[in-house]
Amino acid sequence: MGSVVTSNGHSKMLNLTLQIWRQKNANTKGRMEEYKLKGVSTDMSFLEMLDMLNEQLVKEGKDPVAFDHDCREGICGMCGAVVNGYPHGPDEATTLCQTHMRSFSDGETITIEPWRAKAFPVIKDLAVNRSSFERIMESGGYVSIGTGGAPDGNAIPIPKEAADKAMDAAQCIGCGACVASCPNASAMLFVSAKVSHLAHLPQGQVERRDRVRNMVRAMDELGFGNCTNHGECEAVCPKEIKMENIALLNREYFKALV
Amino acid sequence: MATVLDSKVPSGPLGEKWEKHKFESKLVNPANRRKFSVIVVGTGLAGASAAASLGDMGYKVKAFCFQDSPRRAHSIAAQGGINAAKNYRNDGDSIYRLFYDTIKGGDYRAREANVHRLAQVSVNIIDQCVAQGVPFAREYGGLLDNRSFGGAQVSRTFYARGQTGQQLLLGAYSALTRQIHLKNVEMHTRSEMLDLVVVNGKARGIITRDLTTGKVERHSADAVLLCTGGYGNVFFLSTNAQGCNVTATWRAHRKGAFMANPCYTQIHPTCIPVHGEDQSKLTLMSESLRNDGRVWVPLKADDKRAAVDIPEAERDYFLERKYPAFGNLVPRDIASRNAKEVCDEGRGVGEGQAVYLDFAASIKRVGEDVIRDRYGNLFDMYAKITAENPYKTPMQIYPAVHYTMGGLWVDYNLQSTIPGLFVLGEANFSDHGANRLGASALMQGLADGYFVVPYTLGNYLGGTKLDPVDANAPEFAAAENDVNERVNKLLSVNGNKTPLQFHKELGKIMWNECGMARSKEGLEKALKVIPALREEFWSTVKVSGEAGEFNQQLERAGRVADFLEFGELFAKDALIREESCGGHFRTEHQTEEGEAKRDDENFAHVAAYEWTGKSGEQIRNVEQLVFENVKLTQRSYK
Repeated sequence: MGSVVTSNGHSKMLNLTLQIWRQKNANTKGRMEEYKLKGVSTDMSFLEMLDMLNEQLVKEGKDPVAFDHDCREGICGMCGAVVNGYPHGPDEATTLCQTHMRSFSDGETITIEPWRAKAFPVIKDLAVNRSSFERIMESGGYVSIGTGGAPDGNAIPIPKEAADKAMDAAQCIGCGACVASCPNASAMLFVSAKVSHLAHLPQGQVERRDRVRNMVRAMDELGFGNCTNHGECEAVCPKEIKMENIALLNREYFKALV
Repeated sequence: MATVLDSKVPSGPLGEKWEKHKFESKLVNPANRRKFSVIVVGTGLAGASAAASLGDMGYKVKAFCFQDSPRRAHSIAAQGGINAAKNYRNDGDSIYRLFYDTIKGGDYRAREANVHRLAQVSVNIIDQCVAQGVPFAREYGGLLDNRSFGGAQVSRTFYARGQTGQQLLLGAYSALTRQIHLKNVEMHTRSEMLDLVVVNGKARGIITRDLTTGKVERHSADAVLLCTGGYGNVFFLSTNAQGCNVTATWRAHRKGAFMANPCYTQIHPTCIPVHGEDQSKLTLMSESLRNDGRVWVPLKADDKRAAVDIPEAERDYFLERKYPAFGNLVPRDIASRNAKEVCDEGRGVGEGQAVYLDFAASIKRVGEDVIRDRYGNLFDMYAKITAENPYKTPMQIYPAVHYTMGGLWVDYNLQSTIPGLFVLGEANFSDHGANRLGASALMQGLADGYFVVPYTLGNYLGGTKLDPVDANAPEFAAAENDVNERVNKLLSVNGNKTPLQFHKELGKIMWNECGMARSKEGLEKALKVIPALREEFWSTVKVSGEAGEFNQQLERAGRVADFLEFGELFAKDALIREESCGGHFRTEHQTEEGEAKRDDENFAHVAAYEWTGKSGEQIRNVEQLVFENVKLTQRSYK
């Protein structure tokens, strides 16, 4: 990795070669294209580097690179690309928007590709369609209660340990890096995070069996693969969702079938 | 001729108004609800909770968001917590105290009845969220934990680590996805509202652009709810997400909805300082950090020593010194202004525009593990952005634009000046006056969506004669035509400056002239340069690509074009409001101690602007604020 420079120390400037996947839309073939970018500050975030490239491209009369992004603070789950082979880039537990250019070296060639999975068709360049995740959530990622009439928040005590475990799993931002990293393009980590979150809470018990059956069925129907324990998903997850959730998902699924 | 604004606040004692109003409101019987269609624009806390609740009640709901999923709305970024008057701590909290703190925190520029209702329903929000499976922090006994936030002397803030907004939004999103599954809500993602359609004086639909295909579409309904957030990105650099914009509310303003108090902006005291020209956003460090972090600068100006080398006696813990009762937990506007003041005195740290937020004392008191448990993700985020370890060296922070209290004017029913157009959450002006207290934005968004609009919308639909409307009406064709013309105009200028360049230039003007300290001279300057920049935009902007495709340059260009009109109204409002209140600080109006000096005689009102056909020429209408329960005093946190 590149040298670490503090923001209130002196930042360095990098000259980079970028290899970026360009694809006009879902119906056309894409290809890698090369761009040179000079004077990239190590204090910039990865997406600010792409902003800089796009400003340059627009001024040259070329088509800027489309990429999804929104909050730029690592929580909305909108951004993501495969950088040098790693979803969200080289830093552990970090979304692409929170990856900074101090993680790269001067003169480096950086390859940037979209998430690749049958269930995530490319919209343009690095932007993909993740609506399959929406369909999975719609199939059961909730507690079926309407608005109003809820009992007092302290009516059911929840052991701190259970609440903490639910929170660990609930932190999933739905970015899709797990799918992009998996050789099977499996969504098991994503599905297991929601199943696990609700399985740890008393509120999730009533629909526990239906939820896991319906979510797994939706996942299969949408074209996601299955888990064969490669563990790539856990390694790239920006929120450090653990594979033990997949073990829990499998347990929940088998219990729901019997 | 100025319009008289009727707030429609019910009569009767403060604590009974909402109950009385609910009882007197018209109802739509369950079997009839499916005959009414409702459009919800924006699916953050306010929009998702409203769409889910209305879908659940049986209305036919269409919801829209520009992101690829409702779960990505910027409510997700709120970190610290959500207030509720549960008084689980037995420390003197009550609905009235939350009401009082909010009115006082807002520097007496909010409507009493709305704020009291907010405090009343706050307790239901927590129950609702727990029932959805929101994993709030709990104590070892299994009960809900609380912490303190600025502007309050009780612990009433509920939280889910440093990701409270995320967990509350995922709760509302789960309720919404359930309604989508049940086909009560039709969800349109990657869709941006570009105009409001008004038929016979009533809001009856919207025009959207499908951001994937570029297709411009018409959608008709019996009512429209705007839940589209705030306009902080008029400053370019803010803690808002990149996509946050004023377009939906501005387009509604141009169709007749009054824009209220646009100059009320919250500058949040604890953000990571600005570095470099290529920065695209500022990152907030939650206010909850002020529970355990101490804010300080060196006593002497130009002290370049590292923090650890400055002895205790040569540090100035300026908030604790000036405000002993609230200390580091004074409201945001006061904390921000004081940080600016010490930096202006040459006592700023780092590159000069920063103060320390120091956890050394707390780490010594409770240990690093406890601090990690409370704020771990925030500390990690800080380390990622700055490459410094906040467990070892104090954080550097500086104020940044964070939230906008102004927004479309609404009455007690959350209805705008256009019948059938309701505005919820940050997009309206209603509850926070001139300054919002921490952990109150989540509360308001969910209050409006879960517990207010389900009643007030029913009252409108049940009590209004609505002619059938369809998307073939001439008003829809005209609005669609306007949208297409505007898109084509943006693409045809083909100049030499990008939308991003214009956005940055506008942001600099706004920050310098309409930021933490505003003066007559600066605001008059802004009123000259903003229209000039707008003119330049329309003659030299370069927008690449085509209309009929996924085109992010075009998206930004349209939003910047609206900010260039909105910024002018913002400056105009700030100039006319010849007083200081909350986040609006006019340098001409301060006390001897440098605190905001209100002018209750002349400005205890809401300014609501009416579009007249030309930017900058809006009519300023006034809603006089009536205080029947609290006494207006100079805010004191000493």
